[in-house]
Amino acid sequence: MALAKRIIPCLDVENGRVVKGVQFVDIRDAGDPVEVAKRYDEQGADEITFLDITASHEDRDTMVHTVEEMASQVFIPLTVGGGIRTCDDIRRMLNAGADKVSINTAAVFNPEFVREAAERFGSQCIVVAIDAKKVSQPGETDKWEIFTHGGRKPTGLDAIEWAQKMVELGAGEILLTSMDQDGVKNGYDLGVTRAISEAVSVPVIASGGVGNLDHLVAGCIEGKADAVLAASIFHFGEYSIPEAKQYMRENGIEVRL
Amino acid sequence: MSSVAVIDYGMGNLHSVAKALEHVQPGVEVRVTADPTLIFSADRVLLPGVGAIRDCMGEIRRLEIDKVVQQVIDSGKPFLAICVGIQALMRHSEENNGVDCLNFFAGNTLFFGTDLKDSNGEKLKVPHMGWNQVYQRTAHPLWQNIDDGSRFYFVHSYYVKSEQPRQVSATCEYSVEFDVALSENNVFAVQFHPEKSQKPGLQLLKNFLNWDGKV
Repeated sequence: MALAKRIIPCLDVENGRVVKGVQFVDIRDAGDPVEVAKRYDEQGADEITFLDITASHEDRDTMVHTVEEMASQVFIPLTVGGGIRTCDDIRRMLNAGADKVSINTAAVFNPEFVREAAERFGSQCIVVAIDAKKVSQPGETDKWEIFTHGGRKPTGLDAIEWAQKMVELGAGEILLTSMDQDGVKNGYDLGVTRAISEAVSVPVIASGGVGNLDHLVAGCIEGKADAVLAASIFHFGEYSIPEAKQYMRENGIEVRL
Repeated sequence: MSSVAVIDYGMGNLHSVAKALEHVQPGVEVRVTADPTLIFSADRVLLPGVGAIRDCMGEIRRLEIDKVVQQVIDSGKPFLAICVGIQALMRHSEENNGVDCLNFFAGNTLFFGTDLKDSNGEKLKVPHMGWNQVYQRTAHPLWQNIDDGSRFYFVHSYYVKSEQPRQVSATCEYSVEFDVALSENNVFAVQFHPEKSQKPGLQLLKNFLNWDGKV
């Protein structure tokens, strides 16, 4: 009787293939992006996120044709990210069939880009991706900082303040990835997820670190995320989307079955 | 083979709607266009839209889509409005400090507010984004083979409130109960995105392509 928490499989795409690395290194191949997206759509995924993981630092255009092909066969929302720097990039992706674009590095270098994009295309299609890393030491008050370039470059920006600023500028959703957790399968960083979800008015997608279905449940309940994103547990067949949804429902979470 | 015109006034992702229509009825001729001649000669007309209402209404008026829409509606042709499309058919919207709309349906478009809570007091996010249950209030050809309470995909911060209960064809709840489908003769309008709502959404589009505009 309420809005369902969303399960979002994430396709990290490099050179036309779905890949998954551990903390952005040690890449494994997980198949053709269109085939993978179709499979998730049929299984009941609530959205698909497609990230061109090399675009940001190799200065490469995102894969417009893959998006076009995906959008003609997948009838759930599709978010595209990686190398989105200008309003022209956004227009091209939306015209190719994306419903939302995810802006990461470009927002850090030019926050006004988020405002410009939201005013032109509407907040509903502007997702700001935040890569956060814990910078406080044990015993200190928790503090998370924004990193760019696949977690390699620190920015000195406080993650919670940054998220609030992005929403003020017009972000319609926050995709929050914990860089400490990403790919290591120990679960989301629930602290930063909850802190940001409580600090902003828009939906927050938890990302980074899912190794089992309890992590999805914790992301929704303790992390207060509105959606949970995962990659490798689905790509390599450890769990299916229906199994994940069933498990979440058994744990009292509203899902779309 | 039948044809459907998807009205293109420069706002939103028309590719998704067009692809979904082609998927549910292979061979259907989908015209993404603002050309009145192509719109009037199509068998069915669809008014999509995403983005802010001021810009949408601005473009609708500038391109004289308002007149085209009125003529299509008067012709009795099956007409489907989606998302901002339904909001454009209301009298007025609270968005962008207030915008007058097409005044086809009696009622207004209102803001969800910034302090939404569910029945347990938990904070609700705005935009209302994701899959929510749609409760059918009237029988309609467009609900054929769609279970009552099916989940559809929404993304919006403003909602429609009709003043004409008999026109309300479906409702949804998100802190408040609001109207997500309105119908009047050959016009059907929905707040959710059928083209992004998987099986029930595709079924609704299929029903639209098979609808003769009569209830």
